Amino acid sequence: MGRIMVRHRDIVVPGDIVAEGRDVEYKGPFLERYGAKIVALITGLVTIEEKDGKQVVSIIPLEGAYIPRPGDIVIGLIEDIGITHWDVDIASPYRGILTVQEVLDKPFNPAVDSLKRYLDVGDYILAKVLSFDRSRDPLLTVKGEGLGRISEGSIIEVKPSRVPRIIGRKGSMINMLMSETGCKVLVAQNGRVLVNCPSRDLEEILVLSIRKIELEAHTTGLTERVKEFIREERRRRGV
Amino acid sequence: MTKGDKPRLITWEVKDGERIAVRHDGRLPDQLRPIRMEVGVLANADGSALVEYGDTRVIAAVYGPREAIPRHIALPDRAVLRCRYHMAPFSTEERKSPAPTRREVELSKVIREALEAVVITELFPRTTIDVYMEVLQSDGGTRTAAITAASLALADAGIAMRDLVAGVAVGKVDGVVVLDIDELEDNYAEADMPIAIAPSLKRIVLLQLNGVLTREEVDKALRLAWKGVEEIYRLQKQALRSKYIVYEAGPGGGAGR
Repeated sequence: MGRIMVRHRDIVVPGDIVAEGRDVEYKGPFLERYGAKIVALITGLVTIEEKDGKQVVSIIPLEGAYIPRPGDIVIGLIEDIGITHWDVDIASPYRGILTVQEVLDKPFNPAVDSLKRYLDVGDYILAKVLSFDRSRDPLLTVKGEGLGRISEGSIIEVKPSRVPRIIGRKGSMINMLMSETGCKVLVAQNGRVLVNCPSRDLEEILVLSIRKIELEAHTTGLTERVKEFIREERRRRGV
Repeated sequence: MTKGDKPRLITWEVKDGERIAVRHDGRLPDQLRPIRMEVGVLANADGSALVEYGDTRVIAAVYGPREAIPRHIALPDRAVLRCRYHMAPFSTEERKSPAPTRREVELSKVIREALEAVVITELFPRTTIDVYMEVLQSDGGTRTAAITAASLALADAGIAMRDLVAGVAVGKVDGVVVLDIDELEDNYAEADMPIAIAPSLKRIVLLQLNGVLTREEVDKALRLAWKGVEEIYRLQKQALRSKYIVYEAGPGGGAGR
């Protein structure tokens, strides 16, 4: 019979034995089995689920870089222009590649046309990761609804590991943020947050709230506390 | 490092009819110096740690995984681990030139090899992980303190590792095998053996020996080191956890940095 050495939402550090026994399953890259033991490889919060009568453990990392996955929506910053592609900083160890075919619908002739006319260095784009594997840099696309150059709003950078917390369970946190501040918030998987606010004060409150979430991501009851914080700030500033 | 007259490093005291070796600072042979660890001490690094073994003080900073620069150093199947062990000019009694010495180059290499044994570099191909260790104050055992700090900083950066690494130096002073030797003991020691261990994996990832030990003494030294490392390992885990537990104290806690 397998034994689980930790409780749900416990903090584990590398080398911690999470569970013992062959009948305990694990998922994700942050756990490994040595003999009968399942050992944590990263600092994070343990999640224990029941699935088909078996217990499944996984770890939500508390820190770490953004690793692209196909289908992710990311906010990128154009860094460099090639002949038929753009290099895009996607806040990751890997640099995004946006080819001209993924931007324009018409044929592109580098002899008479310049990529600079469409996207320039310093532009922010909302893009989707088309493909990424271990051997090649991630390919991006801006074809799709709502994708493309970002023309208004502000961008807040947070740690990529905090993204699930800012969205919350079934979007509870992000919906609360939007309804409490009246801002439009879009959280990209790579830890960049696009916000559109009706006023400067509301934007400042929103930024402070997001920073608060980033700092206290591992605590419970955070949604309620942030809601309280926003209401308090709005009262104080009279907005 | 001028050697004057050799001071007395071990005094023998009789307690309950037993002869007990007492070291120059009052420690017993199997006793560590007071140890302090703190994680997340640098805001600009992805992960950082400060470790003190007595008066030895080392800070470690980790950056990465990040894009490999220059690009040609990148490996197609795993991350490149780069380590720099460096002693600050003000860390020693006499000013140390800030240029990397042969000793520092060697220590950077052995520390890198010790960490490569635990870091799962295959998760981040074509990237680099940079580890900088800066000795702020030196009183013996700096390489082992540096390794302890580096593994904490790596864990703080969210880099996947099979285990933490804890290091400690053992040595033979006045014929007695002692744990965690300091600078004074090291200067007059018959032997000095820094060891780093991944305790959960039960693997020794660094072992150097300067001096002469008999087989029995090596055996004894290893056992002592293992005991010391287990204590350091416990403190490491505590330090990593405490970074997150502070904020659980109460709502509204956690001012910005």
